[in-house]
Amino acid sequence: MMRLERRHESSRAALVLAPIGAVVFTLLVSALLVRWAGAPVGRTYALLLQGGFGSVFAWSETLTRAIPLILTGLAATVAFKARLFNIGAEGQLFAGALAAVAVGGMHGGTGFELSPWVLFPLMMLAAAVAGALMLLGPALMKNKLGVDEVVTTLLINFIVLLGVSALLDGPMKDPTAMGWPQSVSLQSDLELGKLIAQTRVHTGLLWAVSLAVIVWAIFKYTVLGFDIRAVGANARAAAFAGVPVTRTVVMVALLSGALAGLAGAIEVAGRTSYVTLDMSPGYGYTGIVIAMLAGLHPLGVIAAGVFVAGVLVGADTMSRAVGVPTYIADVIVAASLIAVLVATLLTQYRVRVTK
Amino acid sequence: MNPTVLRLQGITKRFGPLVANDAISLDLQAGEVLALLGENGAGKSTLMSILFGHYVADEGRIEVFGSPLPPGNPKAALAAGVGMVHQHFTLADNLSVLDNVTMGTEPLWRPVSRRAAARARLLEVAQRFGLPVQPDATIGSLSVGERQRVEILKALYRGARILILDEPTAVLTPQESEALFATLAQMVAQGLSVIFISHKLGEVLRVSQRIAVLRGGKLVAEARTADTTQAQLALWMVGHAVEAPQRRPAKSVGDAVCVLDHVSTASAKDGGQDRLREVSLTLRAGEITAIAGVSGNGQVALAELLSGTRRAVSGSAQFMGRALPPSPARLVQRGVARIPEDRHAVGVVGDLPVWENAVSERLRSPVFSRWSFIVRRAAARLHARRIEKAFDVRGAGLMSPARSLSGGNMQKLILGRALLAPEQVEQDTDNKKYPNRAPRLIVAHQPTWGLDIGAVAYVQQQLIAARDAGAAVLVISDDLDEVLALGDRVAVMHGGHLGEARPAAAWTREAIGLAMAGATAPQRPGAAA
Repeated sequence: MMRLERRHESSRAALVLAPIGAVVFTLLVSALLVRWAGAPVGRTYALLLQGGFGSVFAWSETLTRAIPLILTGLAATVAFKARLFNIGAEGQLFAGALAAVAVGGMHGGTGFELSPWVLFPLMMLAAAVAGALMLLGPALMKNKLGVDEVVTTLLINFIVLLGVSALLDGPMKDPTAMGWPQSVSLQSDLELGKLIAQTRVHTGLLWAVSLAVIVWAIFKYTVLGFDIRAVGANARAAAFAGVPVTRTVVMVALLSGALAGLAGAIEVAGRTSYVTLDMSPGYGYTGIVIAMLAGLHPLGVIAAGVFVAGVLVGADTMSRAVGVPTYIADVIVAASLIAVLVATLLTQYRVRVTK
Repeated sequence: MNPTVLRLQGITKRFGPLVANDAISLDLQAGEVLALLGENGAGKSTLMSILFGHYVADEGRIEVFGSPLPPGNPKAALAAGVGMVHQHFTLADNLSVLDNVTMGTEPLWRPVSRRAAARARLLEVAQRFGLPVQPDATIGSLSVGERQRVEILKALYRGARILILDEPTAVLTPQESEALFATLAQMVAQGLSVIFISHKLGEVLRVSQRIAVLRGGKLVAEARTADTTQAQLALWMVGHAVEAPQRRPAKSVGDAVCVLDHVSTASAKDGGQDRLREVSLTLRAGEITAIAGVSGNGQVALAELLSGTRRAVSGSAQFMGRALPPSPARLVQRGVARIPEDRHAVGVVGDLPVWENAVSERLRSPVFSRWSFIVRRAAARLHARRIEKAFDVRGAGLMSPARSLSGGNMQKLILGRALLAPEQVEQDTDNKKYPNRAPRLIVAHQPTWGLDIGAVAYVQQQLIAARDAGAAVLVISDDLDEVLALGDRVAVMHGGHLGEARPAAAWTREAIGLAMAGATAPQRPGAAA
């Protein structure tokens, strides 16, 4: 029989060895699958690494992919820190993207004729508000009625996606799109500039990194940050100490939803310039993985976002070269998450084998 | 001498650097009550957990009735005849006594339950040991004393011949405790053996034949009960002489600080046991009012009402001549210091560092934050350090999580947070909302629960000092000794009703015990008010 015993103190060595062990475990598990697919393990990993991080182009693609992942990762981090389990970042992302196009799109050929200095902030604000509102309902229902937010936020995703689908085939459809279900394009002067010429990486990266730093500063230096951490760690004790629990949960919902909404707007403004149903291959859900990989640390989200993006991008290159399906990337991401969670557990508990 | 039924040899258990049990050897004879005495953290619970198979000892061996007990296997311990009655009951409230007793004893795959046989056996066991029960009553309808009886029966039903009782009197009235002692006497007379875990000296002397004292994980003394005294036991248990807090009467009782007039609260989700029914109470400056009662009779509701986490549905609650604000933050602003019953679950946020917990109640005050938004971390840590120093909080430092503090140090942190007013920092302009002064009202619910003797004395002294400084103090406690040690006036709670608060001298222990059990409390004839 095996049992877990709480360690009295986490040793320094364990804290260092845990992530290393997690990486080794992930590589081993994935290596088995690569072998199974009949490809050479070493070459596959080398190609994957090269495809994700091996050149300026690889880095530019990785960073491009990292932008929405960092933002949805932040959305999950903020919410999970307060134990508001927001599984709805995907829907909030689409709500944000739609709101951005609604404000900044070329409706009727031109759209709103306002200075971009006015329209751009309005567009971002609309996206943040749209995302925030998506999460406000579930947060209030959780707090006032005890409705499980995992269920509500998850289900709202499907409602939003179907709604987006209806809008893209209806009122928001681009008449010039040859029948494709896509929205009108954004006004071109609202689009984000490129960071590196000839690549796709755009200034949305600066938004993502700045927002990560802002969230980190909120956690560390503000009363709201204390409230969020206290409510997440022990809501009863927080309420006893005078923390306004409901107000905190509402703030968290608005913040988390706004971050996911901005992810949608920044994807539209930086990469796609219009909304389609396949603009997000599940960024909202991957954001949860990134938040967990980062241990709910806002700055760690940047690193985790780049890592996951690199694996996803690298897997495309690798797949073309050696024929291992790109699903291996999902396996690597999932295995690394499990490995990190187990490794964290093992820094706090020891396993004892008893007869 | 009677045969040895249980032999612990050289039991050692380490948790990291902490040695919870250090080479403890102990024998238990047939037909005796062995008291295991020690402060919190002395290693009593660890030792019993090892015996019962919840932990595996690093060294040492256990023999039950002459044969070795395999480590880490609760089932083997049960089969060998070791039964345990935990301090917190493990009963299903919505099931009957019989169901609770037979739960887990029947094979899962047998198509019919042999209830008639089980009932007969239960009644037979109950009769033999003088523990009358109604097999069909639901647990929820029983008093705490009756529930404990069911717990004991559960162990006996499973054939326990060695019974371990963990702090069994903590939840009982004095009269119920007496009944328990009589039961134990009957059980050992029939050849059973009992290990009685406690930190209360009086009852240990009263109930046991032999006493083993643990301190800091070591077995420091073993003695026949007849050969020892309370003072000697206290010395063994603590390691040095302890001065009981000076019982000084209130010097000058001032004006009413807090007045409750026929206050009722809504029943909580737990079946309406813990609520207030038309409670009236006046708390005066410079006086300690102590509330006695068996836990679960409305004390939680009273404490929560005065802590701002529960609302009254009728009646009036006044504080300093105005309505008592129903919010923790505003109560703290107006000078109410609160010490909650459950320091781990309510008192501190265990995962957050000590310094944040030290200022959590006043984080929004201008002393600790700019515009109630940006935390003044330097000021907050300075104040935390003042609390640490003034209240002798010892731990791994301000940055370590509050969870890492021992119970006593955690309580000192909470006490310091509640009692120590922050110093004016900078030229802080608008501070009307958070006046920097000592609290006017202190609400302490079970302030010394689970603390060692040294910490108990410290906490009680602080409460008395706050009273002498002019605060109105309310102490709610299940511990009658504490009520009598602290209360200038004493009132008893039962079933949500609060009796009249009378001067401590007007009460006898028996009268309090009767009132705790719900009998109309007779006043001692001719007692001076």
